[in-house]
Formats: sequence, C-alpha cells, structure tokens
Amino acid sequence: MAVIVSVKNLTRVFDVSKPWLNRVLERLPKRTLTAVSDVSFDIEENTVYALVGESGSGKSTIGKMIVGLLPPSDGTVEIEGVNLATETNVEVIDRVRSDIQMIFQDPYASLNPRWKVGDIIEEPAVANGDETEGLAEKLLEQVGLSISDVRKFPHEFSGGQRQRICVARALASEPNLIVCDEPTSALDVSVQAQVLNLMSDLKDQFGLTYLFISHDLTVIQHMADRIGVLYLGRLVEEAAPGDLFETPQHPYTQMLLEAAPRMDGFGREVEPPEGEIPDPINPPTGCAFHPRCPLAIERCAKERPQLERKGNTRVACFRAGEEAL
Amino acid sequence: MAEPVLSVRDLVVEIPTRHGLLKPVDGVSYDIAPGEILGVVGESGAGKSMTGNAVIGLLDRPARIGAGEIYLNGTRIDNLSLHALRKYRGKQIGMVFQDPLTSLNPLLPIGDQLTETIQEHLGVSNAEAHKRAVAALDEVGIPAAKERIGSYPHEFSGGMRQRVVIALALCAEPSLVIADEPTTALDVSVQAQIIALLKRLCRERGMAVMLVTHDMGVIAETADRVAVMYAGKLAELGPVRDVIGSPRHPYTDGLMGSTPLASKGKDRLHQIPGNMPRLGQLPTGCAFHPRCPYTQPACKEDPGPRLKTCDGRAACWFPLDAPQAAKGVI
Repeated sequence: MAVIVSVKNLTRVFDVSKPWLNRVLERLPKRTLTAVSDVSFDIEENTVYALVGESGSGKSTIGKMIVGLLPPSDGTVEIEGVNLATETNVEVIDRVRSDIQMIFQDPYASLNPRWKVGDIIEEPAVANGDETEGLAEKLLEQVGLSISDVRKFPHEFSGGQRQRICVARALASEPNLIVCDEPTSALDVSVQAQVLNLMSDLKDQFGLTYLFISHDLTVIQHMADRIGVLYLGRLVEEAAPGDLFETPQHPYTQMLLEAAPRMDGFGREVEPPEGEIPDPINPPTGCAFHPRCPLAIERCAKERPQLERKGNTRVACFRAGEEAL
Repeated sequence: MAEPVLSVRDLVVEIPTRHGLLKPVDGVSYDIAPGEILGVVGESGAGKSMTGNAVIGLLDRPARIGAGEIYLNGTRIDNLSLHALRKYRGKQIGMVFQDPLTSLNPLLPIGDQLTETIQEHLGVSNAEAHKRAVAALDEVGIPAAKERIGSYPHEFSGGMRQRVVIALALCAEPSLVIADEPTTALDVSVQAQIIALLKRLCRERGMAVMLVTHDMGVIAETADRVAVMYAGKLAELGPVRDVIGSPRHPYTDGLMGSTPLASKGKDRLHQIPGNMPRLGQLPTGCAFHPRCPYTQPACKEDPGPRLKTCDGRAACWFPLDAPQAAKGVI
C-alpha cells in the first residue's frame, strides 16, 4: 500500500528560558524542552495510525507538525511525497495542504460561536476557491445532522453534535488525511460511540487516512490499524493492535497496559507503576524510561536504544522481551 | 450488614427556574456500609455530582434539597443549619474533587492548609497538628513529606497534588469520603496509583467511599457496588460484578455496549439512539423509554419505574433477563 505520510527523525525543541533581561541579570542559562525527539514512522493510505501516550509525551506536538501548525526543529514530514516545509511550488503546496485537515479535542472551543454552522463547514472549501453551493447541507447529512442546521449557531448543539460539525468541516475540502487530536476525550461514552462509528464509516466511504491521537487505550485499540507508543517525546514501540495488546514488547507499554483499568477487572489488585513521567526539561540520560523500568541495566542509562524491527513490531529497548533480572 | 455510614432516602434536588421546577436528582435512595466503595456512574447531566454535593451540603443556590432524608451514622444531616453542617464537613465527610489544582489554595503552602484543617476539626496544638500533617502526607505516599510540607501546590505534579488533596480530605479521619471524578484529570499510570491508594486507605480505615466517575473500567476495578444514574434517577443498583457482567436495565446494557472493549474486536460500537433528554423536557413514565430498544406501552405511563417498585436492582418494568443480557459484553 502507498505511504501517504512519512515522518523522518522528527524533532521539536521549545525554548522555555526566562525572558532575555532576566537571563542576563540572574545569570540563568538558556533552557530548552525537547517535546519530540527523533521520531520516525510511516502512515499507509486508508489506514488509522494511532499515537498513544501520557500527557507530555509529545503526541499533540507531532500532530501539529504534520498538519504544519508548528515547524519541526529537525527532521522532515513528507505528505504524499511533498515536504511542505521546503517545497517552493505554490500549486503543489496548495494541493497538498487541502488534502490535510484536523479535528481538535474540544468541540466547544474549535467552532466560532459567532458563525453559522453552514459558514463554518464551508470555510475550508471557500479558502480553496471551490464551489460551495449545497456543500454544507450535503456534509451535514453525511455526519447525521439535519439540513436545516446550516442556519443554526454552534451553541444550539450538544457536545457530540458539535464534534460532528467539526468532522463535517474537516471533510469540506475533500481531504485524504485527517489528524484527529483526542476527538472523543470530551464526550460521554454513548456519544463517543456515535462519533467513533461515524469516523469509521466515513473512512470507508471516502478512503480517508486518519492520524488518531489519544490517551485512551480502549479507543485506540478499537480504531487503530497501527499504534505508536510515545514516552517523553520518543517513539518506544510501534505495532499492530493485536500484537501490541497481546504481547507488548517495551516495558513502558507493558506498564501502561497493566495500569489501564479493565471492565472485567473486578476487584483486581494492580501493583501501581512506580514514579511519574520525568521532567522533559532534564530528561534522563540514555533510555528515557530507565529510572522507572524494572528491566533496566547499566547500558540503559548510558545509551539511547534505537527503534529496531522485531517481527512485525518496532521497539526501542535493549532488553525487549526479556524477563526481569 | 453493619449499620450504614451513609443512608440517602428518596433524595430530590430541585432548581427553581422561570420555566418551572427542574429536578436534576429525583428520588434517589442508597446506603453505603463501612469499608464499602459505592461507584456512581452516568453520563454528564445524569445527576451524579449533584447527589454527592447534596450529601456534603455544597449545592450551589438556587439548587436545593427538595425532599428526602440523608443520614450520616444515624444522624439526619440534610436539615442542619450551615453552622451545624460545618462540624460534619471535613470532619466526618471528606471530599476529593476532580481538579486538584483548583481545590488547593495556590497562595498557601500545603502544610498550612493541612494544619489548618486538622486544628479546626481536632482542636490539637500547633506542634501536634504539624506532626499529623507530616504523617498524613506520608500515608498518601508523598516522598520526603517532612521537607515538602512547606511547598506550594504549584511545585507538585498533578498526581502528587491529588495525593495532597486526598491527605487533606482524610486528615480529620472522616467516616465517609466523596470522591468526585478523582482521577479524570490524571494519566493512566498515575490514575492507577491514586485508585490503589484510595482502595488501601478505605480498607485500612474502614471508611465508606462514594466514588463518582464516568469511567466504567475504574468502577469495575474499584467499587464493591455500583449505582447507574440516568436523568436524575437510579437506573440500576447492585454488586459491581452483576451490574457490569449482566446488566438488567437496558440503559446499563447500552452503556456497556458503547464502551470500546478489548474482547469485542473491531465491530461497530453499539449506539444508543438519541441523546439524554433535557431536564425540562423529560418524557413521561420511564425517562429512558424513547431511546430504549425494548419499550412497551406500559413504559410511557406515569409513574415511571423506580428501584423500589421494580425488583430492587433495575428501575425497569421489563428488566433484561440473563440470556438477553448475555448479548451485551463480557
């Protein structure tokens, strides 16, 4: 299958230093936060690639860099073979950009409260200079709302309906790739089920590709064709859902799956994971997970493990698959 | 069974509005025994937080308790004056809120906040209060509690902050703790730590815990019994294994079906048609009947089914029997 997104050695560093004058007066050094560090992966056409990780793992930053909301500090993002950061041909840039859309987490904040729903949905098409006659009505029907809703304002809708409007807007420019950043985290389970089903249907109908960003393992498992697990800005494991949930290779993935609450885990006594995610401003040396890792050896503290292929899985761990010492 | 710590009888919370009286909580009854964790689940607007707030007397005006009785260790507390209620709040009922950053005072070191609470409720000396504060922080697993007692809330991570809030809720040794979405703002691994902490403290001290959450997984692993709420009423109440394993109320069954689950594979998720009705426009009879796949004419007639009038477990005239429920999950 064709690769639609190719991410290579993607890195993003944020400057979190104090203001210039404070630095001079207080003799503080510059401080940087590496939100994403050397991440590489490919997304194949018409699949769902999921990024999962805890807060501060860099999953949203990667999403923003892929749609071009943030420039990468290092590395490249190629969409349909085009690197938008270096491409100079305006026609190519316009074509590729209109192939990418994004759905955000909070449907209350991502819709302009002063715009009518019809105008909100048509905006991407208007920006492309496309024909918009009847477009909003058609899309509203496709996402399960009624045609008469074009004249309403966002406040007249519930959270689930608003997220449907966001989906309709994302479809307006007929994209190939939709980056969904926690699309259902703000919704109730029954509403979440409706939105997830809708997204699956649209994927089949329009041949869409999703980059699905979430912290919810059950949602990821339901939606994804391939899953990348992030820890402190690094991709630690990448696998198909079956392999990842059956035989997780990286100790962090194992810890995450063990800690996630289960519907059938009545009275389950979990040994809760030790510690918390370290400070990304001063990340641990070597493997970022080694201070919390039950398998850690000396080498883990000195050397950073690279992603290596193991069967159908890619894992960044020296001791992947081994037992504790 | 031992005498229940908390006993709520036919609780009604009402909000007077221009368009009439709304009842976000309507005729809810339940008990919590010592050492028991009662999970309260439901979607937004189901009335789960309102129930918790009513028990501790934190209803924001114009919301008020319209009817019903609340007993704490046999004493009626719903009709107490604000002044009298202060003796119960914090002392006998501890509260843990969702957002640990907003439930701590950002301008006071956590030690001051703890000692203030301890002195208010236990009337001990400064030194003794300080000692107890350190012990409380120790107990909830804050490393180097002695040094960190002078730290401000912003110096802690989210998980550590929630531990401080739990220490604060428990420092006066209450017999009941109301935890309103205590882990919703936290990451999975930190959530597991907080849940394990709550379970351990509940077991060691024999506290009763009312755990309000929308996360079925957390409920399944933590609670002894679970109450499912829909549109202000109890839809189902029973041991967690029974309610989640073989739900008898169609709403519980639908809720389970719409939760993405490992064992179900890649099928479509079950959808409950429609949305939760608005409080002002509740249907007659059973509030769930317009969305229920098993609706019969009797469901539309008033008064709707209540736990008491049905079989005590599901508020439904036609509860699902075992084979029907087996179609669901697990």
